[in-house]
Formats: sequence, structure tokens, C-alpha cells
Amino acid sequence: MPYIVARPKLNFSEKAYLPAIFSGLGITLRHFLDILSGKKKVTMQYPEEKWDAKLPAHYRGAPTLVTDEYGRERCVACQLCEFICPPRAITIHPGEIPLENRWRKVEKFPQEFEIDMIRCIYCGLCEEVCPEQAIFLRKDYAITGLTRKEMVHDKKKLYEMGGVMTGLVNKWNDKK
Amino acid sequence: MMHLLLFALISLIKTIGLIFVIILPMVSYTVYAERRVSAMIQDRLGPNRVGIPLTLFGFQKDIPFFGLVQPIADAVKLLLKEDFTPNHVNKFYYCLAPACAMAPSMMALAVIPFGSQLWGEPMVVANVNIGVLWVFAVSSLGVYGIVLAGWSSNSKYPFLGGIRSSSQMISYELSLALSVIPIFMICGTLNLPEIVRYQTVHGWLISPIWLNGISLFPPSINGQEIMRSFDFLKFLLWIPLFISFIVFTISMFAETNRLPFDLPEAETELVGGYHTEYSSMKFALFFLGEYAAMIVGSAVIVTLFFGGWHVPFLPTTLVDPYTFWGVILGLIHIAAFFFKVALLLFFFIWVRWTLPRFRYDQLMRLGWYFFIEIALVNVFIVAVILPFMRR
Repeated sequence: MPYIVARPKLNFSEKAYLPAIFSGLGITLRHFLDILSGKKKVTMQYPEEKWDAKLPAHYRGAPTLVTDEYGRERCVACQLCEFICPPRAITIHPGEIPLENRWRKVEKFPQEFEIDMIRCIYCGLCEEVCPEQAIFLRKDYAITGLTRKEMVHDKKKLYEMGGVMTGLVNKWNDKK
Repeated sequence: MMHLLLFALISLIKTIGLIFVIILPMVSYTVYAERRVSAMIQDRLGPNRVGIPLTLFGFQKDIPFFGLVQPIADAVKLLLKEDFTPNHVNKFYYCLAPACAMAPSMMALAVIPFGSQLWGEPMVVANVNIGVLWVFAVSSLGVYGIVLAGWSSNSKYPFLGGIRSSSQMISYELSLALSVIPIFMICGTLNLPEIVRYQTVHGWLISPIWLNGISLFPPSINGQEIMRSFDFLKFLLWIPLFISFIVFTISMFAETNRLPFDLPEAETELVGGYHTEYSSMKFALFFLGEYAAMIVGSAVIVTLFFGGWHVPFLPTTLVDPYTFWGVILGLIHIAAFFFKVALLLFFFIWVRWTLPRFRYDQLMRLGWYFFIEIALVNVFIVAVILPFMRR
């Protein structure tokens, strides 16, 4: 059914365009001067200023492996992260902990632990699925490399980035 | 014969100096200013990185220099791009169009007085009596570049852009020329240096009052000019002059295809309009031609309304222009002219990033229904006031 669109009644200053144009010019000039004088700051000048200090606690950066306060690598090579990883970025080669080791009850440790950072999508499922609180997404976000090989983080690099994390559940301590 | 050769040489030096030393760098830095100002209006920063690339020579840090080297980087980029010519275009006109877009605005510069004098030589390339007529005649040739580009591209969007451009230019050419007729009635000449001279004595045409020429050394032409500090008729005359300033400026926006009237280009509807099919340096010529036209438009506005190279409180001439101070004064006048042009360019940019594009019928309505009539009535108002001034 046809209906008549209600046209707003314009007064003279609205019909004359110019007052509205000048108030618009005023708005843009205000924005221009605010940015020019540095009163308002929106842009972060990236390489000089970084996100680091402003990242929230839950930020999902690069996945890393952590050791605990006893110097034990927390990963037990259960491979749950490898299986859940959507882009299949994680490769684990489990090994056996020798009997004379203090942590022999843990039984397994990762001989090799590789995360291909070209494939990683920073979803955090590995952290979520880990029963041992061994893998954490830290705040590193600028992962770069000149070759594909460089972009694969091996075990050494992962522990380097993860460091020591204290205050976690240490369920293996009772079973020494 | 010698005299003629010297005249040719001096004109050549002035032309080359004006175009290659002042206008072309100014064009590229207008592009830079456009990007920076538009960015700041939108709360961004714009190009602020490209500086002196010291890291190329083994140093630790580049010097950012506020990104002032950006135009050079842009030029290098445009020069190194592939100059692609589509197979379906009319090759001859396709290649001719960019030159047609760039050349007229450069030609219009010939009659604009960009300074008072240097070593006694007037700072205008061609001091001709038809001055303003030349500007209008040549700058309206700029439409050929756009129309040819639109037609020879043999593609729908450029074609629409070309058509729009021609009708727009024809509509606004009328009000552009009509709106400045009051100035010629008041000054009694079409010669642009003469118009500026008139303004140094009687005050800028845009200002309503003028205190004795606002100058430490009251100027006079042939020792016969007498000025009152406040003149009611001068104030009355200011009203039509201000109207003609507004009409002329808005028409200039339409003439140079700047944003409230950039229908030939109209990125959002015509994907770039007439230069859709162009790449590399041919595109750059259109781009630079647009900015050159903007600079020429601003220069004409400055010359006609803002007193050209005149600086208030400074003497317009010295007795001996060959002394050190005479040269300095000439340089100050040139600087003042281009400073005023730069301010107007900022206004052009400011308006572009404030106003949305007009609809095509609105554009035509504004041109034919309002501006031509206003300009015509304006001529009559001035004609009524003038006899009282020249008792």
C-alpha cells in the first residue's frame, strides 16, 4: 500500500545550508586541532610504543611451556594438546623418564616439542586442555622469522619463552 | 633585438622558477597536506614516517622528519609502476587526456602576479590586459582532459564521469565569471597586477574597513590617491563583494572538482570516474592536475579578494628596488602570496573532509537556479553603489 513519507519541515537556517555547513566545519576543525596539539591521542606509534604494558591478563599470545619451582618441566607428553590443536601446529615426541630420576613416577616427558608458529592460530585450546598446567599462552605477539624453520619453536625455545611459573598445582610431589 | 632576447630570457627564467621551483613542489606537498589534514580531522596521524632513510646506509635509525619526504616516495612509486594501457581504449586520446588535464592549470599561472617585484622586474610571467579572461579561458580547457579521458577509456564509469564533468563545468563556468564582474567594475581593469595594485591602495576587497591602507608608508599611485580611514560607501560595497567572494569560491570548488562537487570522480559510485582505466604516471598527471588546478584557483582567489602579494603594514615599493632591502621586500611579497595560497588550500582540504558529496540534481540546481541569479543581481547592486563613490 502506498504511503506518504513525512518530510520534516525545515526552517530557514536549515534550508540555507550554510549554518549547518559552518557548524560541520567547526566540528572537523576541533578534531584537527585536538590531534594537532596533542590534546587528544588515539594512535599508538607502534614500534616506538608497544602494547606490552597495556595487555590484559587474559591476552592470548604465543604458546609456551613452563617449568615449576622445582625445576621440573611440567609437560608429561600426554599429547592432548597435539590432538586438540585445530591447525595441527603442535608436534610431540614423547620419551621415557629413566628410573633413577627423581620424577620417575611421571613416566613420560617430551623428547621433542615443536609448535609451528606459522600454523598456530592462538586459540588457546592447548592451554585449556592441558591437565598438567604445562602450556600457557603468554603475551608475546610479535613472532617473526626470516625462514619457515625459524618459525617453528622447538622445546628449548618454548621453555625459554615460558620460564618458571610458580603457584601451580604440584600433584607429582606426593608421588616421588 | 637584444631587448627582445633579454625579455624572452627573463620570462623564461620566471616561468621555470615559478613552475619548477614553486608550483610543482607545492602540488606534491599539497597532496601530503591533504593526507595529513584529512588524517587529523579523522583522529588519525597520516604519513609521518618517510624521512631520510639512514638505515639504507648502515646507520641505526632513520630520521622520520614528520614524513615530509613522503611526496618523493609517492613520486618514485608512481614512476616505477607499470604504465598499463587497456586494449579497448582509443590510444591517441587516451594518451592525450592526462596532458590535457595537467597543462591548462599550468598555463593559467602565466598571468597571476605572485609577487611585487624583484630587482625592478614585475613578478608576473605575462603582464597582459586580458588577465582574468585568460585564466577563465584556459582553466575551462581543463575539462577537455576529463572528457577525453572519459570518452577514450571506452568504459562505462569513466564515460559517466566525463559527461558529468562537462555539464558541471559548463554550469559553474557561468557563475564563476559573472561573480567577479563587480571587481572589474570597481577596479576598472582586467589586468591582475593592476587589481592587486588597486587593493594595496584601497584595501583588500574582502575586508570591510581599511585603515589608510594599513601601511606604515601610505602608498600612492602617481601621488593622487587620497584615502579616508572609514568610508561608509566602501563598507556598503563590501556586501556585494562578500557575496561575490562566496559565489566565486564555491564555483571554484565545482570548477576544480573538489569534494562537495567531485561528481566526475565520485569514488563511491563511479569507482574513480574518468581515471578508472589509468595507471602509473598517466594517473599521476590527473591527480597532480587536480591539485595544480586547486592551487591556481586559490591563487586567483587570493589575487582577486585577498590583496595578492600585499602585506599590511609593509611598504608596497621602495624607491630603489636594487638594494638589499628592496630584494628582501620582493621576497617577502612572494612568500606572503604563497602563504595566503597555502591558507586557502587548507580551507579547500578542510571543506573536502567535512562535507558529503552533492547529488547530481542538487549540484545543477545550485548552479543554475541560485548562483547565476545571485551573481547577476550582485552586478546590479554594485552598479547602483558605484556612481555614488565616484562623485
